[in-house]
Amino acid sequence: MQQKPDTSIITVQHLSHAFGGKTVLKDINLSIGKGEFVTILGPSGCGKTTLMRLIGGFLKAMEGKITIAGKDMTNTPPHLRPVNTVFQRYALFPHLNVFGNIAFGLNLKKLTQEEIKKRVMHVLKIVTMTDYEERDVDTLSGGQQQRVAIARAIVNEPEVLLLDEPLAALDLKMRKDMQMEIKAMHKKLGISFVYVTHDQEEALTLSDRIVVMREGEIQQIGTPAQIYNEPENSFVADFIGESNILNGIMIKDRFVEFAGHQFECVDKGFGLHEPVDVVIRPEDIYIFEKLEAAQFTGKVTSSIFKGVHYEMMVTTPEGFEFMIQDYNSFDVGQTVGMLVKPFDIQVMKKERLCNTFEGTVIDKSHIRFLGNNFKCDEAQRYESGASVKVSVDFRNVILHDNEEDGMLSGSVSFILYKGDHYHLTVLTEGDEHIFADTNDIWDDGDRVGISISPDTIQVAND
Amino acid sequence: MYFGKRRNWSIPYVLFLVFFVLVPLALIVLFAFTSEAGGFSFENFRKFLMHPEAMNILIYSIGVALITTILCLLIGYPAAYILSRMETSRARLLVMLFILPMWINFLIRTLATVALFDFLKLPLGEGALLFGMVYNFLPFMIYPIYNILLKTDQNLIEAAEDLGANPRQVFFRTILPLSYPGITSGIMMVFMPVISTFAIAELLTINNIKLFGTTLQENIYNGMWNYGAALSLLMLLLIGIISLLNTQGSARAAEEGGLI
Repeated sequence: MQQKPDTSIITVQHLSHAFGGKTVLKDINLSIGKGEFVTILGPSGCGKTTLMRLIGGFLKAMEGKITIAGKDMTNTPPHLRPVNTVFQRYALFPHLNVFGNIAFGLNLKKLTQEEIKKRVMHVLKIVTMTDYEERDVDTLSGGQQQRVAIARAIVNEPEVLLLDEPLAALDLKMRKDMQMEIKAMHKKLGISFVYVTHDQEEALTLSDRIVVMREGEIQQIGTPAQIYNEPENSFVADFIGESNILNGIMIKDRFVEFAGHQFECVDKGFGLHEPVDVVIRPEDIYIFEKLEAAQFTGKVTSSIFKGVHYEMMVTTPEGFEFMIQDYNSFDVGQTVGMLVKPFDIQVMKKERLCNTFEGTVIDKSHIRFLGNNFKCDEAQRYESGASVKVSVDFRNVILHDNEEDGMLSGSVSFILYKGDHYHLTVLTEGDEHIFADTNDIWDDGDRVGISISPDTIQVAND
Repeated sequence: MYFGKRRNWSIPYVLFLVFFVLVPLALIVLFAFTSEAGGFSFENFRKFLMHPEAMNILIYSIGVALITTILCLLIGYPAAYILSRMETSRARLLVMLFILPMWINFLIRTLATVALFDFLKLPLGEGALLFGMVYNFLPFMIYPIYNILLKTDQNLIEAAEDLGANPRQVFFRTILPLSYPGITSGIMMVFMPVISTFAIAELLTINNIKLFGTTLQENIYNGMWNYGAALSLLMLLLIGIISLLNTQGSARAAEEGGLI
């Protein structure tokens, strides 16, 4: 999906940034086409706002290059960039009325008063705020302030409009209306929009392309349909919409095993018996009463009416839980049959199969990694001081309620439900990731102690 | 209830206001419109208008107050601006240092100024007077401006940059207008007290220059109660008019954290 260079208005190359030693953006490469609506999507703290502020020029890039409209603008101050921003809290000037706010940029360009008036009136019409020009900005509602903020930006006819979570402060109904208006405005103006949000539904509705970010890195770039139907990893699958994510094994091309059953699928090119992640959207599982037609069966454990459909949880005899959305309701306790079509099974390469760390052998019974000395049975086979590769299975990482009970401590940063267990990402004090599989229920942000049993640490030569 | 109605708690304050604000005010009005011999008259005001000297002193005082205010603004605004850009902990320390002298009685401070001028062999007089005034009132200018600059939304500055304003334009079109409430607050806090100050003038000019406050004090000191009251009333009116002109500005300043 990379745009050809001659049609792109913004190119970001190898962009990295850090705040006080903590990396917030890692080697970002991105190109935004002329007239394109690109959404940067991710949970809070993923670096999306930093990326936008770097494009706007409010932050100086530490590494990498930003090209706007064919010119290297990495070190250009914001007032010289052909980019305008709609700020999250609107940032309207309280000392100016609506007209004064919108005319701010035009006044700086030394246009004639007539020309300014003409252009202000024109954009007021676009944002449907005609007759509001004399109003004090304090007297406007949130939605109206939003419109003025957009008008103030687009009146300068920028090549790119940056929007930083512009709808975050509005209520749901207003947000839906404004989404449609922003989309219509984009069509009318024909300029590029770069839209930052944490709301996946908003991103799917508005964008030509979505950039999914997590912890300073781009996870996937694609059209809304691509992101939804073919997520590249379990994070994207989990973040965009609802999904069932399970561990699977690729038996052979077009044949995958998960939840104790084998399924036909459309994916190929994996190794024989390669472990994979499998994603099935809840609306893609067919559910019915006739058990003989089923690929697999299960018992309904809960059923909730969601307006258009019912959302049901079904547990299979093998102990896997599936979320299913269907227009028909099935009773709790009822045994049902289920079926998944091959093209509705999305198979993804696993990012990792176990935890791996760089380590150093301390003595016959200790190895140092993650900034700690761990007791390790296999250490005796290696010389003291040797550099080694340490690996630990997800299952063998033990999490404790009490931070003091662990050898090191961290906080849960991401939880993935895998149908029969949770896959947790824990961020250690030393800012490293450790992954753990567990049946216990943890919450995002929980502080945990981490320990690893000496006999489960595997060591190999570096 | 044991303590009685809550509104009764305000009684001491109401009494205070009545005896120390309202009654003296009424007495000033009463005295101002009473002749030496007693009885209602405009004699005191006529005396003021007939005496060019008193009039001149009033105009001179307003002049001194204006110059002091302008000097305080010219020195105070950049100081407040620099402080507001600083790292908070350092800025707080510096603001403290600016305000520290305020903890000492201003008479002592002014006597110290006199000693300083003596030591440096500088003449006392008009220059010393202005120096003393600025020295005494500068913190009252810096503090409200600093406060309002500190609260200026960083987003607004970024918005101005985003819309094409260079650093100079950002200052004159965004930061300065946004700090007007702080400026008006500072002006009020400096201009009004300076008009009625007499001790600073007395000490720093060896009683050579008289300000309106001096005239007022002399008359009352010499038992000219009626004339003194009339002068006080005039000054009150003057201050009242200035405050009224400022109401809008100061109302906003109060809203946004100015001092008045």
